[in-house]
Amino acid sequence: MDLRAAIAAIPDPEVPVITIEDLGILRDVLVDERARTVNVLITPTYSGCPAMDAIRQHIEHVARSAGYSATVQTRLSPAWTTDWMSGTGRDKLRKFGIAPPARHSDQRSDVVAQPVSVSLTVRRVTCPLCGSLDTHEISRFGSTACKALRRCNECREPFDEFKTI
Amino acid sequence: MRENAIDTTEATVAAAYCLQLGDDALIYAQRLGEWITRAPQIEEDMALGNIGLDLLGQARVLLTRAGELDGTGRSEDELAYLRDERQFHNVHLVEQERRDFGFEMARMLWFASYQCELYAGLVTSSDETIAGVAVKAVKEVDYHRDHARQWVLRLGDGTATSHVRMQEALERVAPYVSELFKDDVVSVAAAQAGVGTLPSSLWDKAFGHVSLVVDRATLALPADPTWHSRGGREGVHSRPMGHLLAEMQHIGRSHPGASW
Repeated sequence: MDLRAAIAAIPDPEVPVITIEDLGILRDVLVDERARTVNVLITPTYSGCPAMDAIRQHIEHVARSAGYSATVQTRLSPAWTTDWMSGTGRDKLRKFGIAPPARHSDQRSDVVAQPVSVSLTVRRVTCPLCGSLDTHEISRFGSTACKALRRCNECREPFDEFKTI
Repeated sequence: MRENAIDTTEATVAAAYCLQLGDDALIYAQRLGEWITRAPQIEEDMALGNIGLDLLGQARVLLTRAGELDGTGRSEDELAYLRDERQFHNVHLVEQERRDFGFEMARMLWFASYQCELYAGLVTSSDETIAGVAVKAVKEVDYHRDHARQWVLRLGDGTATSHVRMQEALERVAPYVSELFKDDVVSVAAAQAGVGTLPSSLWDKAFGHVSLVVDRATLALPADPTWHSRGGREGVHSRPMGHLLAEMQHIGRSHPGASW
């Protein structure tokens, strides 16, 4: 496995079923074969995401094991969006029991264009376990910054939802 | 390398501006962290903890940038843990002691509404780091504002008791609001340099949002308060600030330079 593939295969420390590439936070890998160095560019999901330090260390470790020295740079702009998550990543999340984020392009344009609504928000999210659309939000914030907590009204199981941003 | 490219006076202004924004975020993150294990339900422990974490993330980048720009080379940790009260430039709203949950939601509604307009404006900042934080943060603070909005609606339009307490919370927060939107020497200079936005220009939209929520929550906007907080941007703080810093800084100061 070449170095780029090895770095791309690093799992997200909080949601280990998906890789940092699936998640869309791995922006660039520049390998200099002669100098045996690699420059990796990553983008945080949320400003305060504590997983970033773990990811940085993991990248350095993988590079070192392959005989390279790594420089990991964090870039804020353009800001990460859940649209960068790959289709494979979405499937893996669903299989793991986490509802994947909606794609912005899936949303109706007339909804997006409207000003901020002031009523209580109701969104439709599919249960990753039984496929029912009849689910409700338990908490807008879950175990990590990127997730919310929901429950299915059909199978009654609680599940995590990857928030769409 | 980056430093050489920047005109010093503009860099000084940008550094001071980063400190204002970073200190607001840092100090409010500290207050929100106090809610963990104290919120009315475990979901709110997580919610307020998560919101605080977003703000801490914003503060870390902004304080790091301030240290780069001001020429002292201070790190985010040195700026957070080794400055004294008079060297912090946050507004009084964020340093006020934690009260009941209604107070927190009133404070968050105002602060997040302010931050939403602020970061929307800073997306075009001439400072790349500030613009980068803004692009990221604008989505985060929109979620915070939405969280506060939902609770203000629920509590205002809830039981007789929750209605009264939510109204009291709005009254209690009111004297601290105008300071957020007041132009000071640093923000005026930052706006002129294209680095920042004028706080006063954010008022109309932020106020519009808050008053819409308050109205829908069957609450009333408080009458103009008889006093307004002031001085935070110049480093003059209210009584709770010293206690907050003592708690936030004591480990860093007891073990200078410690790392793990």
